[in-house]
Amino acid sequence: MKQFKNMTYPYILWISIMIVVPMFMILMYAFTKHGNDVATFWFTFENFTRFFSDIIFINVLKQSLYIAIITTILCILLGYPAAYIIANAKEKNKVFLILLITFPTWINMLVRTYAWMGILQDNGILNNILSLFGLQTKLLHTDFAVILGMVYNFIPFMILQIHTSLTKMDKSLLEAASDLGADKLQCFLKVTFPLSLPGVISGITLVFLPAMSSFFIPKLLGGGQYVLIGNVIESQFLTAGNWNFGSAISLIMAIIIMISMYITKKIEIRNSTGKGKILH
Amino acid sequence: MKQSKKIGSKIYMAIMIIFFYLPIIYTIIFSFNSSRSLTKFGGFSLQWYQKMFHDSTMMQSIFYTIVIALLATLVSTIAGTITAIGLSKSNRILKGIVEQINDLPIMNPEIVTGIGLLMFFSALGVKKGFMTLLLAHIMFCIPYVILSVTPKLRSLDPNLADAALDLGATPWQALVKVIVPQIMPGIVSGALIAFTMSFDDFIISYFVTGNGVNNISILVYTMSKRINPSINALSSIIIVIITVVLLLVNIIPILKQKKEKTKYEA
Repeated sequence: MKQFKNMTYPYILWISIMIVVPMFMILMYAFTKHGNDVATFWFTFENFTRFFSDIIFINVLKQSLYIAIITTILCILLGYPAAYIIANAKEKNKVFLILLITFPTWINMLVRTYAWMGILQDNGILNNILSLFGLQTKLLHTDFAVILGMVYNFIPFMILQIHTSLTKMDKSLLEAASDLGADKLQCFLKVTFPLSLPGVISGITLVFLPAMSSFFIPKLLGGGQYVLIGNVIESQFLTAGNWNFGSAISLIMAIIIMISMYITKKIEIRNSTGKGKILH
Repeated sequence: MKQSKKIGSKIYMAIMIIFFYLPIIYTIIFSFNSSRSLTKFGGFSLQWYQKMFHDSTMMQSIFYTIVIALLATLVSTIAGTITAIGLSKSNRILKGIVEQINDLPIMNPEIVTGIGLLMFFSALGVKKGFMTLLLAHIMFCIPYVILSVTPKLRSLDPNLADAALDLGATPWQALVKVIVPQIMPGIVSGALIAFTMSFDDFIISYFVTGNGVNNISILVYTMSKRINPSINALSSIIIVIITVVLLLVNIIPILKQKKEKTKYEA
């Protein structure tokens, strides 16, 4: 049996080259000047100071955070009821509903996002429906379109995560709670919701991360002028050709994502050691 | 009260499902549109399908997408399975480190993985194109295979392989005849995830490809700047392919189960 462990070594070599080296290169480029190579390596914070001293970039960062946070909140608010309904549905319907929700995620994101471009256009279906109520407005190339595109693409992850944690829940806890005199609302607030929090947390991870770094959704639905941090990174690499600055920005973005994840985990721990403690 | 609650949740789910399927239905309908418009349906026509089949860049992108997905799935399924088996026998420290690094492509924003690979390939002086695209796809597919095979290995009885070895099987035989058949469901689902990950990938592909080698996602992205209803035709074909594949994947096990059931009853 021991000889099988040799089977790991090729992959260790592979990940060292294909995963570790590229990550290291981002770090190296982020802390060096434009035009440098390995031979003339010179440590500098210049790329970072450039980012944080320019109001344009600060505003892009703020806008990206704003869009990502709104998207995440909407995914929780809209996704939680859906997950709850599915978790409480009949076994037969449950499988069907899960299939219905996962199916679109198997279809290319670009393809689905492109379709929204047509739907949201000034004389598109959505505006035609709105005009029946006299509410015709510009939808495409607005914050609304970008947030809608993100919620559309990422909400299935949230629903599935919450659903998993809801079905894992021990149903007898609810019976116990109602036997002890809790009403429906109390049952939900004190039993169901705290127990589903791990699902909400992993849902947040799966939504916030791609929302923060997305660049094709803002480009397609926000229009060419709409810039989020992902678009800045894209343009630094593919048009401006400043890899050092681009690496620094992606590092800043990765750090912000990590901090957000850390905060969400902290909130979860505090909740599970506080009121939730009774349940453990 | 209870009745109204039920109706309420039904309406909610219905709205949700309309929201999920609106763009998909929209794409299919407008792929048959006779006019160029993306908002008004002018009548039924197959002209966009014709245009698509005559558009060499579109057909090429479909070809590249399928070839890359098949090759990446094949390589990553084999490599991922081998690694997962190796890891299950490795010591805890090595296993921990490998699993941490293995998680990086999954946990990192895709754009970060993409630019890392872009710089890496450029530093090596490799020409961007088919090879770099394939290597990148293998790189991000293997972690998913490992993640789906590992739980199956954990629930495996370690004595079985030992028993096979004691009874005179070579390690290779023990591997192929004892271990692999038992973890097959994990391997299959890993392969399926790898295939769809590769088939759908945009962000990483966008950064590592070049020299006119495009996949479907990149093509849609670059074409979306101008109105081009052929994209709807292309999208509809993708939707049909994925639907058929998913139906097969979901129906075949059910049919098999039924067959076995009737066997038992007979």
